[in-house]
Amino acid sequence: MWLYAARRLLMTIPIGLGVTIICFALIYLAPGDPVQSLLPPDATAKDIAELKHAYGLDKPIPIQYVIWLGHALTGNLGRSIQTNQPVLDEVTRALANTIPIAVISVVLAFVLALGLGILAATRVGGVLDRVSTAIAVIGISVPQFWLGVILVIVFAVELGWLPATGMGSAGSDHFSWFRWSESKYAIMPIIALTMTPLGILMRTTRSSIAEMLALDFIQTLRAKGLGSTAIVVHAIRNALPQIMAMLGLQLGYLIGGSILVETVFTWPGTGFLLNKAILTRDIPLLQGTILVLAMAFVLINLFVDLLQTSVDPRIKRT
Amino acid sequence: MIRVPKSRVGHLLGAVCAAGLALAAGAAHAESVLRVAMSAADIPDWTGAPDQGYEGYRFVGFSLYDSLTEWDLTSSTKAADIRPGLAESWAVDPADHKTWIFKLRKGVKFHDGCDWNADSAVWNFGRVMVDTSPQYNVRHHAMQSWLITNVASVDKIDDYTIAMHTKIEDSLLPYEVAGYFQVSQCAVTKANNDYTAFGKQPAGTGPYKFDKVVPHERLELVKNADYWDKSRIPKQDRLVLLPMPEASTRAAALLSGQVDFIEAPSPDTLPRLKAAGMTVLTVPYPHNWDYQLRVDRPPFNDIRVRQAANYAINRDELVDMLQGVATAGYGKFIETQPWYGHPIKYTYNLEKAKALLKEAGCVPCKFTVGISTSGSGQMQPLPMNELIKEQLDAAGFEVTLAPMDWNSLIDVFIGGSHKYPQYDAINVSLSSIEPGQGTMKGTMTRFQPPNGWNWGYFTDPVVDKLGEEALSSFDPATRDALIAKLHETAIADAQEIFIAHDLNPRALSPKVKGFVQAQSWFQDLTPITVEP
Repeated sequence: MWLYAARRLLMTIPIGLGVTIICFALIYLAPGDPVQSLLPPDATAKDIAELKHAYGLDKPIPIQYVIWLGHALTGNLGRSIQTNQPVLDEVTRALANTIPIAVISVVLAFVLALGLGILAATRVGGVLDRVSTAIAVIGISVPQFWLGVILVIVFAVELGWLPATGMGSAGSDHFSWFRWSESKYAIMPIIALTMTPLGILMRTTRSSIAEMLALDFIQTLRAKGLGSTAIVVHAIRNALPQIMAMLGLQLGYLIGGSILVETVFTWPGTGFLLNKAILTRDIPLLQGTILVLAMAFVLINLFVDLLQTSVDPRIKRT
Repeated sequence: MIRVPKSRVGHLLGAVCAAGLALAAGAAHAESVLRVAMSAADIPDWTGAPDQGYEGYRFVGFSLYDSLTEWDLTSSTKAADIRPGLAESWAVDPADHKTWIFKLRKGVKFHDGCDWNADSAVWNFGRVMVDTSPQYNVRHHAMQSWLITNVASVDKIDDYTIAMHTKIEDSLLPYEVAGYFQVSQCAVTKANNDYTAFGKQPAGTGPYKFDKVVPHERLELVKNADYWDKSRIPKQDRLVLLPMPEASTRAAALLSGQVDFIEAPSPDTLPRLKAAGMTVLTVPYPHNWDYQLRVDRPPFNDIRVRQAANYAINRDELVDMLQGVATAGYGKFIETQPWYGHPIKYTYNLEKAKALLKEAGCVPCKFTVGISTSGSGQMQPLPMNELIKEQLDAAGFEVTLAPMDWNSLIDVFIGGSHKYPQYDAINVSLSSIEPGQGTMKGTMTRFQPPNGWNWGYFTDPVVDKLGEEALSSFDPATRDALIAKLHETAIADAQEIFIAHDLNPRALSPKVKGFVQAQSWFQDLTPITVEP
């Protein structure tokens, strides 16, 4: 187990390096000048050059990469061009806002998907299966930003039940999950974020449990006279690694932040931060945020992999 | 019948009175708050070097800081002009037309209690322009130097008089310094010239003081009750500025009562906002949505082609598409500006456009225009450009739209058309708040890249002569007449394709009273009251 964990951990190093190279390449492939958004339209070429020099953006890209990587290894991701704050602080702050809604959304999606998936898998072709499948298809197909806008129109604008935007009445600094006046700001973003993982997890649950239920060992269990509930439990245990793998992926995606959902709701998480970094062309912030999120994604999947091996030791042997 | 003892009635009355008084006292002290949803992607810089385009100047710059001259934003019916700010008066030195003398306002204090005087003015010049000064900051230079790029040095004459020496004669300097903000020397020195530290307790002289900030989310300012201009002491206690780049989010925030004032609602949300009782305001302002043309090579080196393009634009159709939030554009300035003059109008005439193209022998007349997908002042570039292309194609042009992101288009604009030969035109909308930005920098030969905004290398000796004379004319009436003539000449030359002026829509909650939408990129929020 430890050897397996160490091997997987080592594999994250080339993945992390690959991510950093792709980050750099992508950002510089985009046309336009990185300091332009800081400057008025009639800034002179001298002003641009001076500002690029101040931020070290005048050096060749490979040199910039090596310098940045060296700093990143010591935990220094540079400073945001826009705010002059350390990038690590900016990302940590945004992560602290995104993680709770991402975790709640995934847990909610997991619980609902498990229930609906089991109902559907044990009644393949039946009415419940069709209804559950329809919910899954809607969850996967409906664009999150569209759903977000619809939720805002219905619950904030028309009914006035929930606030339309923001994270609390005085900003995230004063937000509390334990005060309804504040926590209600999170309800619509959570609903919007839950739909896609719900659809994906429900389909995965349904198909993997239905697949298990058709396998020989289930027939054997039935032949031995095991009750239907116990049989489903067996099927779930065997399908769980597949569902968990998907769960990990979904959690990773949501912690990466849904740019569209967080922008629609002005929720100051990682997606919102990325959107701002893109719009303002804040390269250090963009690079640092992508790196942290990519590494979070890798680590979450590592954790899920390890969890899978504890549930299904066969994985370790492969 | 229930009898209530008299003593109890007395207690009850007393309690009711006390409660009433308490409520009245509470109401008297209830803080009035104006919450503004900006279209900016982030909170603009609040240390005296605003970014995020003119929105940063509008909401943060002019709230916290003042400049030597300031924009008079009191009228909706005439274009904003400058008036005294931290300088009470100014005049060019009769003996040396490269020197402007500014008499500074006395008795003004920065928010930290320090005095505004000539030393502050000289120190602020060092902050932006003198890279050997300890207070010099590269970001402040980048964001503010364009306003005083023609200023070579600043001298203190006495405690309340300074001399600004310009590199060339510049009759427009008083316009240029409106927006060149003055920050507190004491506060920056106390922060050891570290502007990040200064940002925690910034101090200007403006009508609002900094209170707190939640990064990326909200900036809260409070009224400066000691503001030197008593007529502009804010009528609300607190101003909360919220960046909301998504137009539908801003509209929803207003409709759900989370904000009181939104910038730039999209045209399709206007009926809904009006139906909900919101006040939707529009006003002409010096904004120019146009095509800048490369005129030193075909097809636009032929004036007939340029005129044909101008005649081919059905501006009314464009205004209809935008649901009335724009007006037809026939020049760089708007008609209420003193520099508009009496130019010819290229009103829509498809037959004339076709005839001119035929006469020029350019059929089909192919050209490529660089456009952005979004951007400050760009309005709705994609549908607008699609319509313009359709109209031009109908006249015999064959337009290729080359879309790119806003930053890339700005690069193309700054680099000039020679650096980007793939484009025959670009669609970069600009402010025309003052003559330099409005016409001269875009038309005079001396402002061809890399020295200015004359992207298309336009050159006309008449325009150059009028421009040079205007820069050296220190009588405002004479200067303005020359600039109007320059504007008329550039339009007669069909120097660009004139298309539209934005009307700057805003939507306000019915609780918001007293706002006068000025014909300007900037607005005065101080007269606004917010009813409970």
